[in-house]
Amino acid sequence: MDIQELAKTVPVEGEITLDGLDFISNGEEYLTFGLGEEHYGVDILCVNEIRSWELPTLIPNSPEYIKGVINIRGSIIPIIDLRIRFDVGEATYTESTVVIVLTIDSPELKRMMGFVVDAVSDVLNAQSSEITKAPLFGGIIPAEMIEGLINVGSNVVTILAIEQLLALEEDTDD
Amino acid sequence: MAIDLEQFYEVFFEESLEGLDAMEQGLLAVSSADEADPEDINTIFRAAHSIKGGSSTFGFTAIAEFTHVLETLLDEARDGTRTLDTGAIDLLLQSSDCLRAMINALQAGNAIDTSASAPLVAAFEIMLASPNNSNDNTSVPAGPSKPATTSELSSNTHLDIVAASVDNLLSDGGDSNIDYPDDSGSTQWRISFKPEAQILLSGNEPLRLFRELAAMGELRTEANISNIPAFDQLTCDECYISWTLWLTADVSREDILEVFDWVIDECMLTIDLANTETVEQEKFVPLAAERSQPPAPEQPKPAAVPTAAPEKAIAAKKASESTAGSASIRVGIDKVDSLINLIGELVITQSMLSELGSNFDMDKLERLNSGLEQLQQNTRELQESVMRIRMLPISFAFNRFPRMIRDLSAQIGKKVELKLSGENTELDKTVMEQISDPMVHLVRNAIDHGMELPEKRLAAGKSETGTICLNAFHRGGSIVIEIIDDGNGLDAQLLYNKAVEKGIITAATELTEQEIFALIFAPGFSTAAVVSDISGRGVGMDVVRRNISALGGRIEIESKLGRGSTFRIHLPLTLAILDGQLVRVGSQVYVVPLVGIVESLQIKKELVNKVSGNMTLYRLREDNVPIIPIHQEFAIEADNTRLEDGLLVVVEGEGQKIGLLVDDLLSQQQVVIKSLKSNYKNIDGISGATILGDGSVSMILDIPGLIRRVSDRKSKQKKPAAQHHAA
Repeated sequence: MDIQELAKTVPVEGEITLDGLDFISNGEEYLTFGLGEEHYGVDILCVNEIRSWELPTLIPNSPEYIKGVINIRGSIIPIIDLRIRFDVGEATYTESTVVIVLTIDSPELKRMMGFVVDAVSDVLNAQSSEITKAPLFGGIIPAEMIEGLINVGSNVVTILAIEQLLALEEDTDD
Repeated sequence: MAIDLEQFYEVFFEESLEGLDAMEQGLLAVSSADEADPEDINTIFRAAHSIKGGSSTFGFTAIAEFTHVLETLLDEARDGTRTLDTGAIDLLLQSSDCLRAMINALQAGNAIDTSASAPLVAAFEIMLASPNNSNDNTSVPAGPSKPATTSELSSNTHLDIVAASVDNLLSDGGDSNIDYPDDSGSTQWRISFKPEAQILLSGNEPLRLFRELAAMGELRTEANISNIPAFDQLTCDECYISWTLWLTADVSREDILEVFDWVIDECMLTIDLANTETVEQEKFVPLAAERSQPPAPEQPKPAAVPTAAPEKAIAAKKASESTAGSASIRVGIDKVDSLINLIGELVITQSMLSELGSNFDMDKLERLNSGLEQLQQNTRELQESVMRIRMLPISFAFNRFPRMIRDLSAQIGKKVELKLSGENTELDKTVMEQISDPMVHLVRNAIDHGMELPEKRLAAGKSETGTICLNAFHRGGSIVIEIIDDGNGLDAQLLYNKAVEKGIITAATELTEQEIFALIFAPGFSTAAVVSDISGRGVGMDVVRRNISALGGRIEIESKLGRGSTFRIHLPLTLAILDGQLVRVGSQVYVVPLVGIVESLQIKKELVNKVSGNMTLYRLREDNVPIIPIHQEFAIEADNTRLEDGLLVVVEGEGQKIGLLVDDLLSQQQVVIKSLKSNYKNIDGISGATILGDGSVSMILDIPGLIRRVSDRKSKQKKPAAQHHAA
């Protein structure tokens, strides 16, 4: 069930077929990653970098999913373990554990955070029309954090809303 | 050649505001001295003059026109034909406020509202019209034309009389045969302009002048290049050309003179009518010597009826003042020079090290080490120099107080004298900007609440005039600002009763005097019987304390009833860098600000006491210091959780001491403070983070925050009703 294989089978409307021009094709691109058995995606334009796991400095009295802070080129970045936050999979830290650093730079919110995930899978190209609303019932993840779902073959990728994800700390504050 | 003048606006605003400050100080000096120091008056005059010149160059006519009237009065004062009495000084002070408001409006990109200046202009005219204390006119060497000028000006408000520039007013007599034509109808003027060679060096560009002339009407120029030396003697920044210009325009001689206002000291200028025979050849105007008769009356003045409440207009104007902060600092050249020297040294060290590195063997290890030491030294010095650039003497903040106290004490009928000391103590610019408002608040409070009325002071056996001292000095890594008054002091009993009455504390609460004084910082607390517009609404002191602690500082109060109070503000010198002691707890390294550390010691078992349930106290000489194990406080793992062998770092904040239990003391070093809030949020007990030499992140402990946390918890347990600072 490799998502890479799956992604290739996804027909994308109006895709420019010229090799190397994929990145300017219409539609959005999402970086997909795995948390346990589940697949998630984030807008690729918000991805700052992907780095390997390193032990962060603890933040006193913070929730369990905040692993601490690290130094990325002089900025102090909090590290959040999405597996604990979303309660999926097991929070183990191996050599393949990666941290996706997301940035948002809008007038309302300017922030950089790192998210621990099990593995980064692929870049998914999708039209916004392909994103369907997530069913309201169910999951642990707050509904406003989910932008929608994309079907990739027989799999479903949950697209996360970056702003909500990065604002996460304020919402759960006290 | 088009120069974008806009790029100089900011400089003009800054210089003008500085000029206004200088003017205000000068005025206050004049008003407090028995006999006006001519130097003070000159300072005031110069400030007004350069604002006028600048504003007319940049086309801010409203300011130029207003300043001109002001200048006229000052000019008389400078010549000794008028002494500046209280009325005049008040008027001038109000005008400086008005000008400041105008400049602020321009800075914010708004149009100038002349409604505030018009009544002042009118008041000036009335004052100018009444030669209040003119000396015997003829005895004034400065010029027999003076009285005429004065009266003429006063009846002639159209501000084009700016043209009768100060320099003209400063006339030396004589030369009364110049023709001053009426400015109706086109006239052809012949202007002979022979600048001094250095004119370009002073930033004056003849082309700009000509462009201004060309804007008035038809301009024909003729350049005389006969003085240009041979090419090998030519210096590119000197001006060898002189011009003859013919201007056909409907303007008066003064209008033309105004164009040359700024260069008049640096050129030989002749202006005469080309179409009359009264041409006076070779009439030189060196150094402010062009004499003029009063300008012909122009348009009758726009009816500026003196309004009764010019002050109100100013107040309104002030309220709308924008706080558009300019983002530049003026730096002394010595500071820049020392930076350049340091960079030079750094470059030498760097090249030495890279040479060493490209060809290294173990024999050179010692040289490498010494090179690295040198690098460390250079870096440190460089860091200090860069920090010094941001440092300004605190007089920038102090200077607003003389004026404020003068106005305030007059308003409420108290006699107050201000003493400043330590004005040269340097402080980070950001800290200074943020501390000014709290200081203003404290000084206002001191005058309004602290100072007694003169009768009361006499009755209490004190001198009639109260004293407020502003004092600043460095202590360790921080700066201390004291605001001392010799007024009535704080009445602890009254404060206590008031606090009980307002429900801030319960009646049974027992507080030390220090704690009672601290009540005045509680939100909503005011002891003033009457709410005045100066203070008494009970907002403010809490803001003062909040602002100060936001800067990482603290405030202390000392007070003796009937003798006066001292408010002492401790502030870090800079917000960016901090001297810290690194401590280790388990795997984590924390930074304890060195300023807060009282001492570090090994715990002696017999000095540990348990009290009131779960409080652990350590006997430190006479004090009992609560022990706070960091691992418990932060819920982390530590090597050593037993008190017996632990290391205790005793820290102090907000007048209280606590002991932090740590595993190990590491090095002391300077750390650069990084905010956690930019990507996360503020954390209780942590004031920020820093990056250590190995690239790892370390948390900086917020000592006052930790103490508050602990004492909040303590008071919650002990007296649940009294948690007045639970946020």
